[in-house]
Parts: sequence; C-alpha cells; structure tokens
Amino acid sequence: MKSYDIIIVGGGPAGLAAAISAKKEGIDSILMIERDNQLGGILNQCIHNGFGLHTFKEELTGPEYASRFIDQALELNIEYKLQTMVLDITPEKVVTVMNREEGVVQYQAKAVILAMGCRERPRGALNIPGYRPAGIYSAGTAQRLVNMEGFMPGKKCVILGSGDIGLIMARRMTFEGAEVKVVAEVMPFSGGLKRNIVQCLDDYDIPLLLSHTVVDIEGTDRLEAVTIAEVGPDRKAIPGTEQRYECDTLLLSCGLIPENELSKQASVELSPITSGPIVDESLETNVPGIFACGNVLHVHDLVDFVSQEAGLAGANAAKYVKEGGEKGSTIVKINATDGARYTVPSSIHVENMADLLTVRFRVGAVFANKAISVYFNDERVQHRKKQIMAPGEMESVIIQKKQVEAYEGLETITIKIEDYSK
Amino acid sequence: MEERKLTCIGCPLGCQLTVTMENGEVKDVTGNTCPRGAAYARDEVTNPTRVVTSIVKVKGGNLAAVSCKTASVIPKAKIFEILDEIKPVVMEAPVKIGDVVVANVAGTGVDVIATKNIAAI
Amino acid sequence: MYDVIVIGAGVSGTCIARELSKYQANVCVIEKGDDVASGTSKANSGIVHGGYDCTPGTLMAEMNVRGNELLYQLAEELHYPIKKNGSLIVCTVPEEAGKLDVLLDQANKNGVPGCRIIGKEEALAMEPNLTDNTVAALYVPTGGIICPWGLALAMGENATVNGVEFKFETEVTNIEKKDDIFVVTTDEGTFESKIVVNAAGSFADIIHNMVSDNKVEIINRKGEYLLMDKELGDYFSATVFPLPGKMGKGILCAPTIHGNMFVGPSATDIDDKEGVNTTQEILDDLAFKAQNSYLTRTKLPMNKIITSFAGLRAHLPQHEFIIEECADCENFFDALGIESPGLTSSPAIAERIVGMIQAKHNFAKKENFIAEREPMVVMEDLTLEERNEMIKKDPRYGSIVCRCEMITEGEIVDAVTRPMGARTMDGVKRRTRAGMGRCQAGFCTPRTMEIISRELGVPMTEISKKGKGSELLVGKIKED
Repeated sequence: MKSYDIIIVGGGPAGLAAAISAKKEGIDSILMIERDNQLGGILNQCIHNGFGLHTFKEELTGPEYASRFIDQALELNIEYKLQTMVLDITPEKVVTVMNREEGVVQYQAKAVILAMGCRERPRGALNIPGYRPAGIYSAGTAQRLVNMEGFMPGKKCVILGSGDIGLIMARRMTFEGAEVKVVAEVMPFSGGLKRNIVQCLDDYDIPLLLSHTVVDIEGTDRLEAVTIAEVGPDRKAIPGTEQRYECDTLLLSCGLIPENELSKQASVELSPITSGPIVDESLETNVPGIFACGNVLHVHDLVDFVSQEAGLAGANAAKYVKEGGEKGSTIVKINATDGARYTVPSSIHVENMADLLTVRFRVGAVFANKAISVYFNDERVQHRKKQIMAPGEMESVIIQKKQVEAYEGLETITIKIEDYSK
Repeated sequence: MEERKLTCIGCPLGCQLTVTMENGEVKDVTGNTCPRGAAYARDEVTNPTRVVTSIVKVKGGNLAAVSCKTASVIPKAKIFEILDEIKPVVMEAPVKIGDVVVANVAGTGVDVIATKNIAAI
Repeated sequence: MYDVIVIGAGVSGTCIARELSKYQANVCVIEKGDDVASGTSKANSGIVHGGYDCTPGTLMAEMNVRGNELLYQLAEELHYPIKKNGSLIVCTVPEEAGKLDVLLDQANKNGVPGCRIIGKEEALAMEPNLTDNTVAALYVPTGGIICPWGLALAMGENATVNGVEFKFETEVTNIEKKDDIFVVTTDEGTFESKIVVNAAGSFADIIHNMVSDNKVEIINRKGEYLLMDKELGDYFSATVFPLPGKMGKGILCAPTIHGNMFVGPSATDIDDKEGVNTTQEILDDLAFKAQNSYLTRTKLPMNKIITSFAGLRAHLPQHEFIIEECADCENFFDALGIESPGLTSSPAIAERIVGMIQAKHNFAKKENFIAEREPMVVMEDLTLEERNEMIKKDPRYGSIVCRCEMITEGEIVDAVTRPMGARTMDGVKRRTRAGMGRCQAGFCTPRTMEIISRELGVPMTEISKKGKGSELLVGKIKED
C-alpha cells in the first residue's frame, strides 16, 4: 500500500490552505484529493466579490480568491488528484479512493485532514408541504447551473431563506433577466450580511419578508406557484396571512450542513450542534492524527477564516507527523452557554496550545449591546462589549496561554453572552 | 429639503440612516451609530457605486461561461447598461484572470475583466 | 393490431406484460407517465406483506400470500432489490393484546407460514429500539421489503427484451369496441387490440367505465411519508407496524430496501387522482408521532428527515381486488382496486389475469423466452477487486456522479442505455438512486443532466424531471 505523510480530503479553500501550510512546515509527502474536475471547491461558482478582505486586503471574487491558493499549491508542487472520490477512511487512516484512471486504490496516511466542506439543506429536510414538480433548486445548484454551466433554471423566482447564497442568487438571477418576486425568511432576522441585503435585494426592489415561509407548492410537472405565509414565534404559519406567488422556480437557501459521512466512517466524534467533528486546540478530532478544518468542521461566514483555520490544521498535522501526537495531560474544557451555541475548539491541551488561541463560536440569536464574557472556572477574565451579534456571523475570543498556565486549578473555560457591565 | 432612508451596510447592526439633503448636498445624517455610517450615507446618496460581477459566454473552453467583474467600482445607475453591453460578448478559450472582456464598459472608463482561468479544450 | 394492450405500467401492468411476454402474442403497454411505476406504484411503503391482515377467503388474501411467494422466487431471475426482513405487528396497549390473536388466526387461515406471537422480551431482543411500551407482537417471518420501482423496472425491461412494446407519455382517452376489436384512442394516436387489460391503478375506474355499464368508483386514499437519512436505516431491522385500524395498516416505521427509514403512511381520502401533494397537517402529525415514540424507543431526530412524499392507493369501498373479465365487455380484463397489498400481490395478479387470457386464447409459448434479466451493476455492493475489474473494462464506473449514494457515471449510462432505458432525471433516479440521497440531487443534477443529454443526443434544455412539461432549464444564459 502506498503511503503519504498527510492526505487531505477536499481541494476547496480549506484543503488548499491546509496543504500549503503543511508543505511550508516541511512535509513533502502530501496528497490532496478533490472530487470535482478542478481545485477551488465551491469558490469557483461564487463569482461575486467580497472575498479576501482579511487575507489579501482587497476584495476578490470567489474564483480569484481560489486561484491565489491554487497557484501557491502548484508552485509548491503539492500532489493532488482531481475527479477522485474518497470512499472510506478508517480510524487507522487507510484512505480508499476511486477514480477513472486508477480504479479503487488504498493509501496509508500518517495524518488525515478532513476538508470536505458542506452541503445545502434540501427541501425535504425543511418539511415544506405540496407537490414535487421540477423547478425547485437549492440556491447553490442554481448558482452552479448559471455561473458555470451557463444555463437558466427559470425566469420567475421565489427564494426561500435569506442566507448569503440566496441573496447573491437573487441578484444573479436578476442580472440574467429573471424576475425575482420575493425572498422569504422564516426567522425574524436575516442570516445574510447587511451589505448583501442592500446590494442584492434593495438595489433591485426585491422584497424581503421576514418571519415568512413557504407553506404550499403547486404544479405537478413544472412549478407553477408557491404560497407564502407569515409565521408566529413558534415558526408555524399564521392562518389568513397566505399570499400566492406565481413562479416557475423556487430557490432554497436554508442552511448548510457539514458533510461528515466519511468522518463517521473513521469513527470521528461529531458535535450535535455544529454537525462537525469535536476538535481540540490542534483541530484534531478524537481519532489521533485526523484533523478537520473549514466548513466540514463548522459552517463559516467568511472564507478568510476558513483559510486561517485550515492553515492551522495543516501546521498541526505537520507537527503530528514530525513529532508525534504527544500533547501533555492538562486538559481544559471550553463550554458555550447563555447565547453562545458552541465553540471550536471545545478543549485545550494546555502544554500544546499556541501563545494565542483563537476560539470561534456563533450566537443563537441577535444580541444588541451585550458582551462576550470568558470565564476561567467561575471567574470572569474577559468581558468585551459588542454592539451587535447575530447568528449569521462568527464571533471569536482569544485565549492567552500565559494566562491559562498561570490560572491554578483551571478546569473549564466558559464563553457566555451577558449584559455589559463596566 | 429632501430625506433619504438607507440601511447601513458596514456591520450586522444595519443602522437605519436618514440623510437630509438640500440641492443635492448632504445637510445631515442621523440614525448612524458610528462615523463609518455617516460616511457611507454621504457616498451612497451623492455617488452610489458598485462592482458589477457577472458572466460571459466562452467558446472552446472547459466551461460554458467565464466569470467577470468591473475592474473597479462603477456608478450604480450604469449597472444594467453594463450588463447589456457584456451580454453579446463571447470569449475564446483560453481565458486568464484579468483578461479584458470589454474595455471602457458603458463609457465608464472601467474595464470588465475575467475573474477565472478557462482552459482551452 | 395488437393481441393485447395493457393500460398502465405500474407494478401490476409490468408484471402482466412480463407474464404475457412468455407467449407468442403481440403486446403493447400504454402508460401516461414518462416511465414505469410513475403513478400508484411510485410512492408506497415498499413492503412485501405476509398476508396476515387480509380477511380470510378473500381474493386479496389469496393474491397476497401467492404474491409474497412469487416475489422472492422471481427476484432470483429478475434481480430486483428485495429482502425478507420479517414484519412485527406491535401491540403497545395491554387491553388490545387480544387483537394479536385475531391477526394470528387470520394469518393461519390465509396460509401465511411461520407466524407467531412473541412476548415483550423476545420482541425487544429482536428489535432493541422498540418502544418500552411494547406488550407483545405478531412476528411474520415472510414479511419483506422491496423497491417498487425496481420491481416494475425489472418486469418492464424483461418484457421489453421479450418483445413487448412500451408507449410512455401516452394517455388513453377513449376505448371503443368495434366488431370484437378494441379501438384505444390516446393523445398520441389510435391503437387496435383484441384484448385489453386494465391495470391503470387510481385511474382504473375511468378506464373500466369507458367500456362497461357496471360503473365503479375508486377512492383515492392518500398516504404521506417522511423519509429519514440512512443513518437511521438500521434503527429497526424488521418492518414495524402498530396494530391495524380501519383506514389501513397504520403508520409504521420501517427500513427501506435501500437502507433509509420511513415513517408513514397517513390515510386521507381525496378527490384528485393526481393529488400527490403533501400537507402541513399530516407532515406535522407524522413528525409528532416520530417524536413521541409511539413505536420507537427514542425520539427520531427530525433533522434526519431527508424528504417527504405522498402516494395514492386505489381503494374500493368493498376493500377487495376485482381481477376478472369484465361482465359486459368480453376480452376486457380488469385489475381494479389494487391497493395495499397490491405491490406484494402484483405477480399473482399477473398470473391470474394471464391465466384467464390463456384459458380463452391459448397463445403458444415462446421458445426463445429469456427469463433472466441482466442485473444492474451496483458499484457500492461490489468488492474492491470487482470494482477495479469494472473500472478497467469501463473507466466510467470509476467516476462518482452522485456522491451521497455513491453512484458512478457508468451506472447512469447503463440506466439510460439499457432496454427501456431512462430518459428523465426521475428515470435515472429510480434506476440508480442517483439524486435520492441526503442532498436530494443538489450536487449531481447538472452532471446527471449532461450524461442523459450526451447519451440520448438531446439538448440540455430538453432534459426533464419526469417527461414533457417538467423540463429543468428554461434556456441558456445571455439569450432572451
């Protein structure tokens, strides 16, 4: 069986950044495996701008952002395979892959980095009643059809869900001559960026209906109409508020789900909140030598953070290969409570942590003029006011190794959203 | 005196801004939480600009369409004129990031450039 | 001029066509959908019923038990997915335990082999995820699960190979009998035949009433389902039923042949023969049941629902199959009221109808009848060595298109190019499962469309979900 030091599953933004970072840390034997026919992942279909402000200090489109990483990976001679599917990963890190040229091949890896990304929540998972005609697409599928294949999925659209992909597609469909009638969002707030609401909807007079959802789908062959109703606080439709919209296309932008089927095969433990692996400060899962980064770990808002996180995973995987997995025995748990939904990582090996550790998390509701607090055991050690926090945006706190080491008897770090007090 | 209502795009706060104008000049901005909001409001009412991103057809390439953008911001009012101008354009593969799709699009002095590498097949 | 026209290409129609294809008769199947099993046969529980709940002495009981036997036998030559996983009918209310004895008595009278009542302990040993409220259960070892499309496809393909003609997207609008010849008018032209078989599912009453003065009316009984992720596919190994009620066998929890789990069906009588829409009320009710452990030990996680769907059962008020030559129209054979256990009964229905036709017409046996159907390659079921051999022969078997179900380009090409091949997205989905997984075709739609377009030589913009009118695209970009 051929072996590699590091096998990276996925050649999107996370896989690319992880590979580049591992290579720069001195690992030569790297294989990156991508199922599509090009590197770059979903960025290739995200032709709008707004990527890379943190990383490159300029606003790039998705394909441009991807190409900067692809160019680096090519310069560094990182080995990769395209149109290759990973069929299985064992806890012993035997990776089974398949493609046209080589058939089914198994590789032994010393470390594996999971970077498979996420998928869109389909209609079925939303439990929308009605018929099942043609013309219902997830926003990302429509984005691929239009931006890469050059086809129009419809002319009269309704969009359910105001995530950024849905908002972006409202503008894209408008640009390609379609009429976007309305965007409905079941929550009382949009999960998308304000900039996208203004520049993708307001600019083109596309109404955004908050606290509304699709309650019926008509059309036996092709979609003919959808009915949208207002929902109460229980997210159930309020009778009498139904409005019918004639349309031939319904785009769904209702959330992303990390794709962890392979992780499960490898016995990687998943968080019920993120649906991604539970990781420590190295972004290492419960299976020694298996790391995770990017949207397979938790769904990110900005690709810049994916690249940062993946760079860390790549460096840690390199360290694991070079030095082994010894991290010391002092473990501190990180909890998320009171409005903070989860944290990545969720535990720290104190001896192994970097001088500054970024802990990322998301909040469960919109909070205005509240504070992010960090507790060491029961003592508050950080308290930072935020004008606004919303579920659509990732938050972070930075934990100092010095401070962790100095705190005697530290067992848990807790991140909370609290009232601000001076 | 004229009033314009805007949503600030600077952060998730999304402040509802009110801009008071007289003879095309901004007299006052209210509703903003920070100075960035006021600056945004002034620009948005006097000279709103956008980067336009779209696609054009490509012949002989590994994909049917190549993505493109205006190389810098253009006046918001020109968006559909720009889209009309790029609509009939067909690029020949190979295409490289930065290749000019349409020069001086809609008389803006800004080029539309490709944002994706397309290999010839 | 045909010897036999079969109206409807559901499980009954395709089983009848395959049975007829053994004889030297010129047979045509007319189907208004774009594919086999696109109506009543499309959406149901996919269960091979043992036959315990049919009233003894009825034709339904006879067909069910015979059909059960035939389904397992025929799978050996026709290679459709089927599994004898056993059924458990679970009593959760102590006062109702007596009903199990009634069911067992019926099962014995109907000739269902091997049934017995088991106590809570044995039931839980068999199915550890069964609710703790379990009092006792009837165990039916011959119960099974099957893919309804797989059955209709296997039958249809084999019938095609043996010379039966299939006309899809062809709707029968009138039937007249002139000088002992049936003139069947459709939206695609007029066809003549000596014999007509009515296997039109929910529409069988309309077809029957075209030729007979003894009018019948089929009640469309809608069943809605929730389909869960494969993660829950092994929650139960057997098909788990509650005690049956007057609207049917109740809402069950069962693994599907493809390793998902479903909750359903509901039962609502509706007017519209094409009313296969799901409704909020029922979906909420199914979700409520799944959440409140009426059969399961734990709450079923609602975020594991991957889709919901609805189907119709062709119910007659007498709840009995009518499988006979029409009393006032000679050579017109009806299969009416084919509701559950219609799927299980379908090969028995075919045997009975073809038996009746043969008793009158005695078509000679074909000498070159091909009984065996070329099995479909399912890459995921092969060993690594077998997969490599396939890929060496045809590299397209090495290229995954549907990543959720792990379906390769080779399998999709096979589905399109084999006899009675797929022409639509749903056709590919039913033959290969591409697009049926947890992302529900989010990723593979563009690729699958390309393959159909290339193999059939039709433009992308003509590729449809399920036939004319359901095209997926409205045009190319930058065109008006």
